[in-house]
Amino acid sequence: MRKKMKKALEMEPVCLPALSRVAICGGTHGNEMSGVYLVRELQRQKLEKAGSATLTTVISNPRAVQVCKRYTDMDLNRCFTDAILSSPVTDATPYEVRRAQELNTLLGPKGNVGAMDLVCDLHNTTANMGLSLISYSVQDWVIMHIYRQVQRKITSAPVRFILLDLPLADAYSQDSLGKHGFSIEVGPQPHGVVRADIFNIMKEAVDQTLDWVQCFNSGSAFEGGEVDDVYTFVKSVYYPRDPETNQITAAIHPQVQDHDFCLLHPGDPMFLMFSGEIVKYEGEEVLHPFFVNECAYYEKSIAFHLARKMTVTIPPLQVKRD
Amino acid sequence: MYNTTELCSVVSGHSSPAAILCKCTTRTAFISQLVKKRQPWILLPGNFQRLLSRVLKLALSSEGLYQLFNIPAFTTAMTSSTNVSCFHEARRVAIFGGTHGNEMSGVTLVNLWIQNGKEIHRKGVETKPFITNPRAVEKCTRYVDTDLNRAFTTENLSAPSGDDLPYEVQRAQQINEIFGPKGSPEAYDVIFDLHNTTSNMGCTLILESSKDHFNLQMMHYIKKAIAPDSCPVLLTEHPLLKYSTSRSVAKHPVGLEVGPQPQGVLRSNIFESMRVVLKHALDFIELFNEGLEFPPCTVDVFRVSEKMDYPRDTNGNIIAMVHPNLQDCDWEPLNPGDPMFQTFDGTTLRYEGAGTVYPTFINEAAYYEKQQAFVTTRRETLAAGAIKKNIGQSYSV
Repeated sequence: MRKKMKKALEMEPVCLPALSRVAICGGTHGNEMSGVYLVRELQRQKLEKAGSATLTTVISNPRAVQVCKRYTDMDLNRCFTDAILSSPVTDATPYEVRRAQELNTLLGPKGNVGAMDLVCDLHNTTANMGLSLISYSVQDWVIMHIYRQVQRKITSAPVRFILLDLPLADAYSQDSLGKHGFSIEVGPQPHGVVRADIFNIMKEAVDQTLDWVQCFNSGSAFEGGEVDDVYTFVKSVYYPRDPETNQITAAIHPQVQDHDFCLLHPGDPMFLMFSGEIVKYEGEEVLHPFFVNECAYYEKSIAFHLARKMTVTIPPLQVKRD
Repeated sequence: MYNTTELCSVVSGHSSPAAILCKCTTRTAFISQLVKKRQPWILLPGNFQRLLSRVLKLALSSEGLYQLFNIPAFTTAMTSSTNVSCFHEARRVAIFGGTHGNEMSGVTLVNLWIQNGKEIHRKGVETKPFITNPRAVEKCTRYVDTDLNRAFTTENLSAPSGDDLPYEVQRAQQINEIFGPKGSPEAYDVIFDLHNTTSNMGCTLILESSKDHFNLQMMHYIKKAIAPDSCPVLLTEHPLLKYSTSRSVAKHPVGLEVGPQPQGVLRSNIFESMRVVLKHALDFIELFNEGLEFPPCTVDVFRVSEKMDYPRDTNGNIIAMVHPNLQDCDWEPLNPGDPMFQTFDGTTLRYEGAGTVYPTFINEAAYYEKQQAFVTTRRETLAAGAIKKNIGQSYSV
């Protein structure tokens, strides 16, 4: 551990370009209310700058927000793969695909030099996940340093990082439009509801992010070090179903419910059947459940995801001077 | 004073408490056995109660008996039942799930019981589990056209039927035909309507009429059975705030609202709580049908008072959230001056009512569109007279 820390502190600082264009997006899922109200509040306050950076605020899926549903035709936050963004538009094209392409023009184009420097997408979950930052890489030093600041400064909720290990072309969520991007996921909150405590956590996370951006842009040097509580997605666990009726036959066991990021050992209970029997975890590796009992995942029959926990060494970081 | 042998011979020949008595060699052993068996006073058949009371009066003071059995007045059990309301046997009972298609505990329980009704079977009762809004359940949404649980108005039920009517109004008419007609002698005796809420209401029973002694006695029974866990009773009897529910088709409508649970989500603990409450409710009905007389009782209830909306701007947009101090505090006192809402930029708005109220349905997802952040209630104690089954009615198995 000490060797790694020493190595991190001795590393040459990485120099990256300033983040001059930042986007904050809410309502990507129309019933995840913290982001909707936070973006509206930023718009009400006419917040257009964060130091030298320009700030763009977007309600990503206005039609879904209008009816307070996750989406109208399909999940907007799965529409940002290269394939879908470049697909031709016909009369049959779902609303969310068209909207994704619009957002790609506004915030992207994805992978292009003209894209937003930083895209921050706001989400809620019914799972007890506290505050989680989600992104596609643990080697994007801008994102990792933002994570470290958020984790250090926020005490009102546990703060964790979730890695979705996918190449950029397959990255499906809105944050992948920016040169740097991540999602802020706060829970637990029922969909369609705005809880003051959850809203305030999300607001703090956005404030800390914009604060970091300003410090970075004005030349602050951020020292290297280690960040922990980084979780890599491994696999999904599905609800048990009756083979004949296809109905779900169990609820998530009380020992897993609300225990996101706790340890799941082989032999631990996972599901409690309506008949009273217990279904146990039969994997070989000790893993960490997350997105436990997320409402939106029922349609995919996903009860929760499992992750491996790790620590990441990050180099010192500073803005690149021209 | 009777000694134990005499006690035994006096009470022998009656049901199980007698068996306890006969095994005891001392008076103290007898008392401790009864306490250990936790034989609730109200479950003892009427004439055995009277006999045992007479016998025990000699062995213990009234005070001692009260402490043992927690009965409000020893002498009440002694007097012959003069003011007893007689009700018909509750022969037809329905259990509704999916009145709101995204309230998962009821949907899951009813589907389970449609497949296998063993758990809800009770001697002498026809218990019918029923999904009231199947289209909403399929889409996992609260409703398709309009809220089914507001659709059972006289106007809707008497409207000429037709495909042009909103889906839920058509459904209300169908349900009224199967389980009603509402207000007629043919209507179902009891309907339990299963709901979930995003509010922290625990297991709440919803009572529509303060004069429904049958329901009051049932709720009293459930509250005692579930203790020390609590089971608040919400009384929705109010000239303006009362709404026409699916359960209102029955003679004795009972709402069961369990939370907190997000819409579209099934939580194991919430599911099991609802299951247990229903078990006790059906036990009550079975005991009633067996002829048990339930002595007079009182039930603490929360009577709805006022609907409180979110603060809004001139465009109707919400400008504040339920305050963190009020969030999750259903059934707790809200005093004038207490924090009530918090604006998005952090300002506190306070409750400015005249006196203490007890809020509930705090931050229910479905009520944003109904302009309701929470509803205030006031505490009240309702009295229920003794009830028993109408004698002379044929006992159908």
